[in-house]
Amino acid sequence: MRAPYLAPLLIVLCGAGPCQREEREVRPDPAAVVETDEKVALTTITAGPATPVVETSGQGREYETNAYHLSQGKTLYKWFNCNGCHANGGGDSGPPLMDDSWIYGGSIENIVATIREGRPNGMPSFRERIPDPQIWEIAAYVRSMSGNVPAAAAPSRSDSLHAHPAENRQTPRPPVAGGSTPPSGLMPE
Amino acid sequence: MQHPTWTRPLLALPFLLAGCAGWPSALDPKGPTAADLAWLIQLFTVLLGVIWLLVVLAVGLVVFRRRWTAAAMPMPKAVHPSEERRPTVIVMALVVATCITVLVLTGLSFAGQQRLFGVDEPAVTIQVTGHQWWWEVRYQDGDPSRVFTTANEIHVPVGLSIRLVLESDDVIHSFWVPNLAGKQDLVPGQQNQLGFTVTEPGIYRGQCAEFCGLQHAHMGIIVVAESEPAFRAWQEAQIRPGKLPETAEQRQGMQVFLSHACVMCHAVRGTPAGGRTGPDLTHVGSRRHLAAATLPLTRGSLAAWIADPHGIKPGVNMPIVPLASDELNSLAAYLEGLK
Repeated sequence: MRAPYLAPLLIVLCGAGPCQREEREVRPDPAAVVETDEKVALTTITAGPATPVVETSGQGREYETNAYHLSQGKTLYKWFNCNGCHANGGGDSGPPLMDDSWIYGGSIENIVATIREGRPNGMPSFRERIPDPQIWEIAAYVRSMSGNVPAAAAPSRSDSLHAHPAENRQTPRPPVAGGSTPPSGLMPE
Repeated sequence: MQHPTWTRPLLALPFLLAGCAGWPSALDPKGPTAADLAWLIQLFTVLLGVIWLLVVLAVGLVVFRRRWTAAAMPMPKAVHPSEERRPTVIVMALVVATCITVLVLTGLSFAGQQRLFGVDEPAVTIQVTGHQWWWEVRYQDGDPSRVFTTANEIHVPVGLSIRLVLESDDVIHSFWVPNLAGKQDLVPGQQNQLGFTVTEPGIYRGQCAEFCGLQHAHMGIIVVAESEPAFRAWQEAQIRPGKLPETAEQRQGMQVFLSHACVMCHAVRGTPAGGRTGPDLTHVGSRRHLAAATLPLTRGSLAAWIADPHGIKPGVNMPIVPLASDELNSLAAYLEGLK
């Protein structure tokens, strides 16, 4: 049996699909704000034949796919003066963040570990200075600079002049090991 | 005599006006600009109310007269030109009266605006920057060493002309202290100005009047109007760097403050803490309220706010900073001591 109203009804029902919106936790549980345990590898070299052990909590995906977290990360990147050394991602006295080469690994867990612990030649440790959820937000935003988060969630505009195409228009550049501390970041000899 | 039941709620309506007493109310002006605005709205209401009554009376009169005379005197098919003259004159006179009313009211509100945005030299210039969801307050001075920043509480001297320079850091906000002046928007990338004078000492509450996000309703501000000597004394106290901790507990609190996330956003002048993205806490203990006029400032509310800011203002930018309970206690003691 064919009903004439069936097709329009189906179209309307399909149209309701996108009404499902991203949900934001506006009242996080204070007891749940604890530093997660991430085992990351900074290099592919290990003693013996085995590969390095990598064990992550898996909560990185939650941050990478959430538009609110990414845009908070973008705000905090400026508030906490990340651009003081890394500029808008192009790098200055610190290495660039919008390219594909990562000295200490380009996964979100690696970036979180880098922010928490600091790295030689200038990167300070932000453990306890930035609460853990905010570190994850910044790391997720840093991933968006090289197009490694879903374009639907990445920030689409800046509050100031755009230094480069918006993060949601970046072509994905999957991380590869490499890069080095720029000469300006090294100790004078 | 039995009253119909629906009249009782109507009779109770005037009691609701009692809610207009106290603060904040645009109908209770405490300065010339607010008085201008209150006078304008009263004039508009009374004048236009009278005109509306007259129009309703006239319409009623026509309807009822027509009903009484319709049977006796049917509507003529054609009207003689000499009889048409009278309605024409009446309509013309009413059109002219309407034009004059509109012109006079326009002129009056324009004159009010001239006073509102007057360019007389202010005695105190204060830069107010809107943030989600608090107010940054910066007292300007020709001498840079006398410029200082505070938050969510403006002190002004009574009787002197004040100018606010309004800016925004993120989205559009609106500064509105009903007893003192009309609303003025804080627009990102633009400087707006608002001038007013307060005639009566007191504490006046203001509110963000442009929807600016989740905590728009909890973006309050307090204007404290005091005598000029009291204002100058307050100003001198605010210019000084933050008070050094006195007790052992406060000293521990200062260490907690300087070694945790607080310093990333907040400043206490005289210490290494120099964050600029959150409210300046140099003299936080001297303020009346916390979290943009949301909580009264006590040691307890300070601790509650730090322990769970999202429980008080869900969605706020202040993060949850995990602290041990003795760290939280000493931190609250240190902040409360920053008089």
